[in-house]
Amino acid sequence: MSLRILVGCKRVIDYAVKIRVKPDKSGVITEGVKHSMNPFDEIAIEEAVRMKEKKIAKEIVAFSCGPTQCQETLRTALAMGADRGIHVEVSGPEYETLQPLHISKMLAKLAKDEQIDLIIVGKQAIDDDCNQTAQMTAALLGWPQATSASKIEAKDGSLQVVREIDGGLETIKVKLPSVVSADLRLNEPRYATLPNIMKAKKKPIKKLAPKDLGIDVSPRIQVVTVEEPPVRQAGAKVENVDAVVEKLKALGHA
Amino acid sequence: MLRSGRNLQVLSKNVVRENLRLLSSTPQPSPKDGTKKVATGRTLDKKPVKSSSFVMNLFIGSSNTAQVFPFPDGLNTEQKETLGVLVDPVQKFFEEVNDAAINDSQSAVPEATIQGLRELGAFGLQAPVEYNGVGLNNTQYARLVETVGGFDLGVGIFLGAHQSIGFKGITLFGTEEQKKKYLPKVATGEQFAAFCLTEPSSGSDANSIRTRAVLSPDGKHFILNGSKIWISNGGFAEVMTVFAQTPITDPSTGETKDKVTAFIVERKFGGVTSGPPEKKMGIKCSNTAEVYYDNVPVPIENVLGGVGQGFKVAMNILNNGRFGMAAALSGTMKASTKAAIQHATARVQFGRRIDSYGAIQEKLARMAMLHYVTESMAYMISSNMDKGSTDFQLEAAISKVFASEAAWNVTDEAIQILGGNGFMSANGLEKVLRDLRIFRIFEGTNDILRLFVALTGLQFAGGHLKQLQKAVKSGNVGVILGEAAKRAKRTVGLRQSNSLSEVHPKLALQAQLTSKAVEGFGITVESLLIKHGKNILDEQFLLNRVAAAAIDIYANVVVLSRATRALNMNISSANHEEMLARVWCNEALDRIQLNLTAVKSQSQLSNFSTMSQIAKEMCEHGGLIQQNPLGI
Repeated sequence: MSLRILVGCKRVIDYAVKIRVKPDKSGVITEGVKHSMNPFDEIAIEEAVRMKEKKIAKEIVAFSCGPTQCQETLRTALAMGADRGIHVEVSGPEYETLQPLHISKMLAKLAKDEQIDLIIVGKQAIDDDCNQTAQMTAALLGWPQATSASKIEAKDGSLQVVREIDGGLETIKVKLPSVVSADLRLNEPRYATLPNIMKAKKKPIKKLAPKDLGIDVSPRIQVVTVEEPPVRQAGAKVENVDAVVEKLKALGHA
Repeated sequence: MLRSGRNLQVLSKNVVRENLRLLSSTPQPSPKDGTKKVATGRTLDKKPVKSSSFVMNLFIGSSNTAQVFPFPDGLNTEQKETLGVLVDPVQKFFEEVNDAAINDSQSAVPEATIQGLRELGAFGLQAPVEYNGVGLNNTQYARLVETVGGFDLGVGIFLGAHQSIGFKGITLFGTEEQKKKYLPKVATGEQFAAFCLTEPSSGSDANSIRTRAVLSPDGKHFILNGSKIWISNGGFAEVMTVFAQTPITDPSTGETKDKVTAFIVERKFGGVTSGPPEKKMGIKCSNTAEVYYDNVPVPIENVLGGVGQGFKVAMNILNNGRFGMAAALSGTMKASTKAAIQHATARVQFGRRIDSYGAIQEKLARMAMLHYVTESMAYMISSNMDKGSTDFQLEAAISKVFASEAAWNVTDEAIQILGGNGFMSANGLEKVLRDLRIFRIFEGTNDILRLFVALTGLQFAGGHLKQLQKAVKSGNVGVILGEAAKRAKRTVGLRQSNSLSEVHPKLALQAQLTSKAVEGFGITVESLLIKHGKNILDEQFLLNRVAAAAIDIYANVVVLSRATRALNMNISSANHEEMLARVWCNEALDRIQLNLTAVKSQSQLSNFSTMSQIAKEMCEHGGLIQQNPLGI
């Protein structure tokens, strides 16, 4: 097998950062805040690189959509082992209202243009937790999907994927081309080493605008307000189950 | 007009002659009219040594701001972007893989961590890419070691002893063959390197080393004999830069003298052995060992930098790596300060959060200022080096002295803020303090570096003074008038030049006062040279005051430059930085004043000679002379 894999890498606020809401409640503070690649996307890239090392894949294309700084995210992907990058530049208010549907359309178009055999994305992004992009992309392409993958095995023209579902683990077989979304236990991503980062500088990153792919990114939603979650209230102790039910009824929850 | 000019000429000749007669410069009566701007006369037959270093020019009372304003940017856009991507993996490695506490308790870096460091590329950060290195410039390297310094100084020394001094000599002075042969393996960490200079009887006095290298009868090898102590990575380094005395015969006189030569010595040459790892106060995971050379045959191709050039090679290597220390230590200070703030904002005593108390606030503010100065020095120097400056030895020395003492003070105060907790091993700060102690000692003790700054600057000023004396002797009118006008302006209290004018208006007062301090410094230096001449070499009490003032003035200029940049660029931290710069400068100016007057004050000078006497009596006695007041 010699697959060409497309991997989606989203630039998100780093998981360790304390999120703060803007004073005007229009969003969260992103300026001057540390950003990095969405951890699930790191897992996706790692899986693609491992497939390339096993000679199952022949080329890995990393994709990111967003402002100029997404180039740094792509550089990390290239340092981990991707061969080339595609950056679709969207910034400003359009970026604030970008939705998984827009990204799915981009992935679908690129899959056709670049003759992709397999799309791997993280199962969700840690900023919006949507968990929609893989599914929508597959639907747009009419391709089979395997989401929340914790193990992928390539076997004669198709993939055997173990999925983490509520009830436990489900093993399915999907024919290629297909879309897979990576879950936490799929693998442990390698550290980008400094020599690889320097070598990655020579790998190409193609820059595109959404209209180059025929995609309209004008907003379909409007953010009304963004607020911090309410401060946690103190709890109350009760004697027995009946008292619990009484309290719940009084609070209007039952 | 002519009349006033003649008055000025007569007056000026007197001023100069008075100085030359070694009388102290008492204030002269001001000239009748305002001073006239004097055109520069013919140049001397020998041009005075010029320097673009701020600190060097400080010693002649001149503010040469070429290397200080504007705050230099050592990186272009592409380099900055690259650096941005590099910092994260290094940070992640030290957060998730390296365990500083275990390294300390085991006095070793586990092999798995060493392998991780190899894969990360950490052993060849500045080595050229064609030799398997990462090819970083000084500023990029500084930023990465800043990260390392914040996590584990022991590993920092392991890395630094290897690449910052261990094989740096090969990068700086090696021939193409030497680079091709040795760099690829050390850059990847396949082999380790060490810098072997210190001996039992030769620490600060590097020229007095006794290890010898003598040419073999067939002229193909140097036979190396001697022993070195306290060599970092000495227990396992394969590639060593070793310094030894070589007998050099002067072809014209036939006289043979010993001069130090640097050699690249491989452990596998045979005859190289090393001792067990030394038990130390700190940086425990960094290997420190004695290394012995017993008739080691070193091929003549392995001479580094030329026979007899060893001292220069050694000083250049150390000078070249010094900025790294300031960068690493600013990372350490950042971490210590963060720990202090975390505690101060959580701890409540007497019903208040302790960060609301003035005593704690002063500690925190001082910690921030010390960090600000150190960080600014580190990146100013690294950026200047990257822009091609070769004249930075005094600034580098100052940054090492300042950084090592600042980091000790900051961490010490952080422990103080944490109280009992700070003393407990589990907290981690006590390990950092233990690690920090060596930084005031190795790579040139702070005491030596202070004297070095003072003496090198005085030598520069002395050179200028000599030129002036020559000019007076030769009757060079132009130079005399130029100098005279300078001095006349001084005594009248007029500013010489529009120095430090690039500082942001919000810090104009500090800039003005620092400018005055520069002039005052120059005057003090000149009066010292005139009074003591060559004997100034022995006046270490005075030299230390001079050095302290020089360090403070440089620190002022550095933070004024940095804060100006922040204010001009209107970055979010600009107002905070302005506060740091303002308070620092205000306090430093007081210290500068104290130090400059101390070298002339009769009472202080009397204290100094008394202290010498005290020390003499103690040493004759072999201990403290005062007995217990009880007499028992």
